[in-house]
Amino acid sequence: MNFLSYLINGISLGSVYAIIALGYTMVYGIAKMLNFAHGDVIMVGCYVTFLTMSRQGWHPLPAVLLSMVVCTALGITIEKIAYKPLRRAIPLAVLITAIGVSYFLQNAALLIFGADTKSFTSVVTLPALKLADGALTISGTTIVTVVACIVIMVALSLFIKKTKAGQAMLAVSEDKDAAQLMGVNVNATISLTFAIGSGLAAIAGVLFCSAYPTLTPYTGSMPGIKAFTAAVFGGIGSIPGALIGGILLGIIEILGRAYISSQLSDAIVFAVLIIVLLVKPTGILGKKMQEKV
Amino acid sequence: MKKLNLKSMKKQTREQLFTYTVIIVVYIVVQLLIAAGSMSSLMQGLLVPMCTYSIVAIGLNLCVGYLGELSIGHAGFMCVGAFTGALCTKLLEGTITNKVLLLICALLVGTVVAALFGFLIGIPVLRLKGDYLAIVTLAFGEIIKNIINVLYIAKDTDGFHFAITNGNAIKLSDEGMWLINGAKGISRIPHLSSFTAGIILILVSLFVVYNLVNSRSGRAIMAIRDNRIAAESVGINITKFKLMAFTISAAIAGAGGVLYAHNLSTVTATPANFGYNMSIMILVFVVLGGMGNFRGSIIAAALLTLLPEVLRELKDYRMLIYAIVLIAMMLFNWAPKCIEWRQKIVTRLKKNTGKGAA
Amino acid sequence: MKKFMSVLLATAMVATCLAGCGQKSEGASQAAGTEAAGASTDGAVFKIGSIGPTTGDAAIYGQAVMNAAQIAVDEINAAGGINGYQVAFKYEDDQADAEKSVNAYNSLKDWGMQILMGSVTTTACIAVTDKTAEDGMFQLTPSASSTDVIINDNVFQACFTDPNQGTASAQYIADNGLATKVAVIYDSSSVYSSGIEATFVEEAQAKGLEVVAEESFTADSKTDFSTQLQKAQSAGAELVFLPIYYTEASIILTQANGMGYAPTFFGVDGIDGILGVENFDTSLAEGVVLLTPFAADAADEATQSFVAKYKEAYGETPNQFAADAYDAIYVIKAAAEKAGATPDMSVSDLGAALTAVMPEISVDGLTGVGMTWKATGEVSKAPKAVVIKDGAYVAM
Repeated sequence: MNFLSYLINGISLGSVYAIIALGYTMVYGIAKMLNFAHGDVIMVGCYVTFLTMSRQGWHPLPAVLLSMVVCTALGITIEKIAYKPLRRAIPLAVLITAIGVSYFLQNAALLIFGADTKSFTSVVTLPALKLADGALTISGTTIVTVVACIVIMVALSLFIKKTKAGQAMLAVSEDKDAAQLMGVNVNATISLTFAIGSGLAAIAGVLFCSAYPTLTPYTGSMPGIKAFTAAVFGGIGSIPGALIGGILLGIIEILGRAYISSQLSDAIVFAVLIIVLLVKPTGILGKKMQEKV
Repeated sequence: MKKLNLKSMKKQTREQLFTYTVIIVVYIVVQLLIAAGSMSSLMQGLLVPMCTYSIVAIGLNLCVGYLGELSIGHAGFMCVGAFTGALCTKLLEGTITNKVLLLICALLVGTVVAALFGFLIGIPVLRLKGDYLAIVTLAFGEIIKNIINVLYIAKDTDGFHFAITNGNAIKLSDEGMWLINGAKGISRIPHLSSFTAGIILILVSLFVVYNLVNSRSGRAIMAIRDNRIAAESVGINITKFKLMAFTISAAIAGAGGVLYAHNLSTVTATPANFGYNMSIMILVFVVLGGMGNFRGSIIAAALLTLLPEVLRELKDYRMLIYAIVLIAMMLFNWAPKCIEWRQKIVTRLKKNTGKGAA
Repeated sequence: MKKFMSVLLATAMVATCLAGCGQKSEGASQAAGTEAAGASTDGAVFKIGSIGPTTGDAAIYGQAVMNAAQIAVDEINAAGGINGYQVAFKYEDDQADAEKSVNAYNSLKDWGMQILMGSVTTTACIAVTDKTAEDGMFQLTPSASSTDVIINDNVFQACFTDPNQGTASAQYIADNGLATKVAVIYDSSSVYSSGIEATFVEEAQAKGLEVVAEESFTADSKTDFSTQLQKAQSAGAELVFLPIYYTEASIILTQANGMGYAPTFFGVDGIDGILGVENFDTSLAEGVVLLTPFAADAADEATQSFVAKYKEAYGETPNQFAADAYDAIYVIKAAAEKAGATPDMSVSDLGAALTAVMPEISVDGLTGVGMTWKATGEVSKAPKAVVIKDGAYVAM
């Protein structure tokens, strides 16, 4: 029974990682850049929800919608100012700029909202599910997170397969120059990707803070890096990969902590990651790149 | 063909000599300023950190700029160097009294162990490519940090005691001494680092990397970076040269770590000093300074270490300004439009000075 | 072209370097000038510096120290200063990092600091103690609690040492029969937390308590505590000892509540502040016992006046860091008055004079009545055990 509840905890943590990883993986797939500021966009989303919901007493739904709008706008702005001018530069240059943006967001939040910890009220009002006479508890937040995660994944996959904009994204991710020749507006497509990724970040942030209810200006950086790990784990660029990678990472983290050692849980997670990548060098669902001579 | 090679060699030697000279001139100027008493305590305190980060940046630049592999785990090698170096000093403190000799021993041990780690980690890691390689180096860095935080080593009359995750398992006799005490790390490390040691270490690191990149091996390494398959087809042993560059890169980072540890009386493995944050910071120095440009790495490392400190007057806004400056510098250095604009300015300047001379 | 750029950059660097030090000394004298202008008759002031994180993820503790110390300094200045001299106070950020703390120390030295109240975090503080020992400067840390901090003679603590807290907690639990089976959840990457944990477990075993689970987390994985709680629960722990800070403790309490696990939670001074977390559901903290020298809603006049001032100025309830810092400034004042110190003394003379009188003074502060110091630097004051009832501390 203990094992089952560890497993549920793992899935719960993993689905939060997964939902953040979706944002990472989308941006990576299309713009071929690691958006290190993604975690901090999540933090901004959390603060917006916190301010409207806890301080102004809004209903969770409009609060979350507003935070999505703010994050989307923020994502587009960041992309315009900091990433777009570097589109033709080496990929590493954009990576470093992303880190600069991440510092900027953290320190701006520190100045605006202060360093003190805020306690986040869960947006989920669903009651916990009790199984096996209360020996197993699945919290409402867990259920909503897992469902949200799957819905978003399916919706994203459909969006990419069925819509024109989605097809354009696919084309840009395959070959930027060829896509341009075919009449795809590459710049607009990349901007759209950032907008969607940032909107997702807002949802991810709200769910993350609902499950683990503290909020500081640095809330986003750690799950950000974990989610990045999850995205690579599942095969970066692949949308179902992000889901699988995130959930597996959560499960490994919790089981490692439960059965091996809580002192070494970070080391265990990363050791498993290394082993997986050595066996399958492009992640679990990653595409094998054909090398050209 | 041979003649051309010789000529280009000469140009490279000139470049290198120029770099060495500039460093030595900076060193002399700084020493004069200190002697004249016109250098603030803050600046004097920053000299060793500036050297430390320059050295680690040189090491990482070899890996990123020449080998073409992105590593975000170099803080891990720094960590290994710092801890083994400090451990060595703690053990030898009683037997060797000469400070210089003590530091040299620590440097040797720290560098060699970091190189060993680089070699061992390099074997599996270098099979991967691109961002996957990056994440695995990050993973190794985090594992090193995690393990050091739960590692307990002590020494007393009965010899050495080791424990992992549980320090209470070690019962020390009265004269016992903790060497590594879990999260407390190593404390009471003698202060051995100095600006002179830092500058010498920079020169040595530069000498090593310059010689490497201009040697046969160096050209092989660059060939691998530029086109792996072509390099393989002309008979270059890919694994050997990749490992070589990675190991040397790790060793240099380790040396930087030793310098770091002996500048402070305590060394602990926290996310801020040996976590991915630091690895990324070093990567920032390398990219900002220019890939494959060692001189640029030193300048970027020194400038960016200096920046938050000279901004102290701005209080809470300084880290915000720092972030903005970082973004602006990246755009200025790398954005294609900025590069064009800069070139235009330079040519105009050149024209003007040309006219002036005429 | 490349060469041109790098030479340009190199010269820029040297220029910044030089300009930097030029500006620094200028800025320092200016700062001294402006602050001294409002000061006492002959213009001499005591310059007290302080270091702690105001950015980075430990910013919450450093800002508390900065704010509280400023209140204390303002009070002292309004009441006529120390020995008739006004006090100038300057605070520098160190991001809780050892190296940056030393930078902050050097920067304060350039400003002309005579007495150091800092650093806030342990590792940073240890690095700085080395420098103050070199300069012979008097150092009093408000909150760095490891025993390694006070190795040098010139360094004193205003807070308990970690071993002290661990031992006291174990004794309190055993003596009052709170539980026989205990679990510990601690931060294995924190010096503070792992320091308390080690001595707690040692003393608990000596007292016959059964430690059924020793679970940890790290700075990199401090979001989910369900596993640690579950292990404590299935091991049958009746009491969970939390030698951690309140940010993590608030998640632990929430998650335990979600699991339906309700042991006694026992904390140390790091937990103080949990009731002040904005929007925190205080009913979750019901029944939490903590051993702390300071309680923000204590009834005594000094505490109430301090809390009111702090709330008015910064809009937050002060935590134990703030209280320790406030006391630390008054301790410096008491020592300086006892030693008859004047600002014209050299840093090392001042340091020696203050160090000499520290074991002789007794201070009544927010965190203890009749606090005294051993020559080693350790403070002796009594922790109070409080329990949280109806969202407020109640003495046990």
